[in-house]
Amino acid sequence: MSAQVALEGVTLGYERQPAVRRLDVAFPAGSLTAVVGPNGAGKSTLLKGLVGELQPMEGQIILPARSTAYLPQQSAVDRSFPISVAELVAMGLWRRLGPFGGLTRANRRRIAEALAAVGLTGFEHRSLSALSGGQMQRVLFARLLLQEADVLLLDEPFTAIDSRTATDLLGVIGRWHEEGKTIIAVLHDLETVRTRFPTTLLLARDLVAHGATSTVLTAENLMRARQMCEACADEDHSCGRPANRPWRM
Amino acid sequence: MYDALVGPFVEFGFMRRALLGCLAIAVGATPVGVFLMLRRMSLTGDAMAHAILPGAAVGFMVSGLSLGAMTIGGLVAGMLVAVLTGVVSRTTVLGEDASLAAFYLISLALGVMLISMHGSNVDLMHVLFGTVLALGNDALVLLCSIATATLLLLAAFMRPLVLECADPTFLRSVSRLSAPTHFAFLILVVINLVGGFQALGTLMAVGIMILPGAAARFWSNRIGGLLVVALVLALGASVTGLLISYHHGLPSGPAIILVAGSAYVLSLLFGPVGSLTARWMNSRQTFFRRAVP
Repeated sequence: MSAQVALEGVTLGYERQPAVRRLDVAFPAGSLTAVVGPNGAGKSTLLKGLVGELQPMEGQIILPARSTAYLPQQSAVDRSFPISVAELVAMGLWRRLGPFGGLTRANRRRIAEALAAVGLTGFEHRSLSALSGGQMQRVLFARLLLQEADVLLLDEPFTAIDSRTATDLLGVIGRWHEEGKTIIAVLHDLETVRTRFPTTLLLARDLVAHGATSTVLTAENLMRARQMCEACADEDHSCGRPANRPWRM
Repeated sequence: MYDALVGPFVEFGFMRRALLGCLAIAVGATPVGVFLMLRRMSLTGDAMAHAILPGAAVGFMVSGLSLGAMTIGGLVAGMLVAVLTGVVSRTTVLGEDASLAAFYLISLALGVMLISMHGSNVDLMHVLFGTVLALGNDALVLLCSIATATLLLLAAFMRPLVLECADPTFLRSVSRLSAPTHFAFLILVVINLVGGFQALGTLMAVGIMILPGAAARFWSNRIGGLLVVALVLALGASVTGLLISYHHGLPSGPAIILVAGSAYVLSLLFGPVGSLTARWMNSRQTFFRRAVP
């Protein structure tokens, strides 16, 4: 049984400027939730708060920290770093191995299985610099697989990758969901959200709506979210960047 | 051949001491330099080398050319600059690079000023360029201790250090070792520079740290390979530099660094991984593959 994630009156922000305000949200165990909203709505900030990169300015986050895996929006992986694909994926075993544990034969088999699950069999010894953007994202998903986390936080996992890779990785997310993991993914493509994600959280710095995707992604809610973000931008509000990026419908 | 390569070390004690000192510096500083390069912090190493100068100068003012006092002074100054840089970059609008540049320039000027006020130009030259041919027992013990401590600390922190270099966000998400690893690594940088300046001086010590690692990048695509190649190059540069210095009456520190620099230039030109030649051959093969279907 995977854990539940809950935010109780949480405000998150940067340098005392709130980017997400007074969120009261609960993600049930085993739920598959898309977080959507205009640019600057605080979606990535929300995930950073959940993963502990940002401490709440107020409120409380309830989350099983030891079993959380996080895929950031722009991975900080140095692609020129001289390690192989298998070595990067092996990092996912950190909680099992720690700083000193050795790679056993069983662990090597798990690495091979994780790479096979994302369609990268035979890529074990390749350098990171030799991978395309889509292949790199598959590698990061393989690392997530090895983390065996109950809660998975994915920040725009399909940005700048080809459609086939996106489809394959959506399949991986679907399998995680079937295994009962709690998944929270920031997404921009509303069509993907409508077809693949049963639950959606619509954010515009404040909570706009949270619930079944069909009831959240209404024209009225989307317009309201956009207006809320534009109002923040017009007022030179602390909300941050202007909301000028349209959703892909 | 024997007289040219082995004779100087057999015949003269000061050459044996210089050799042992340089080998100890190479063993300790080279792996640190490889990770500095991989973390894109090579210039940080250079800045830190300058930053230790005022501490060494204060040690010199208190105890003259005393090894212990100058080492402790250099260590304190280096750590102070590292901490101040971190504090300023995290609490103000100034970035880490600008903050470090500001502090190391202040340190360098302060160090030169202090030594000039309280010593002779000869003393200043000793601190800036080292005295590799005059290493005493104390200095050798210090250098070997630093090399040993470096290898032990690197062995203990190797996995988190690799993670911190390759994907720091991931390390922070799975462990609390990110900050301790960064701090331990900075300590390694500083103690190796402090050790290096005994032999090569503050201006040259960073050379044996950075150049072999930079050259090794053109020979290997794996961390293990980088460490081995860098160490071999550093050891080779130390021996060759000392011999050139002995036979031609040249200053030893710059001779060692120039040999390491030559290895870097040759690697840049002809190394098998990402060098100018390797890239030219790759582009040529790509051209012919496209031209001949």
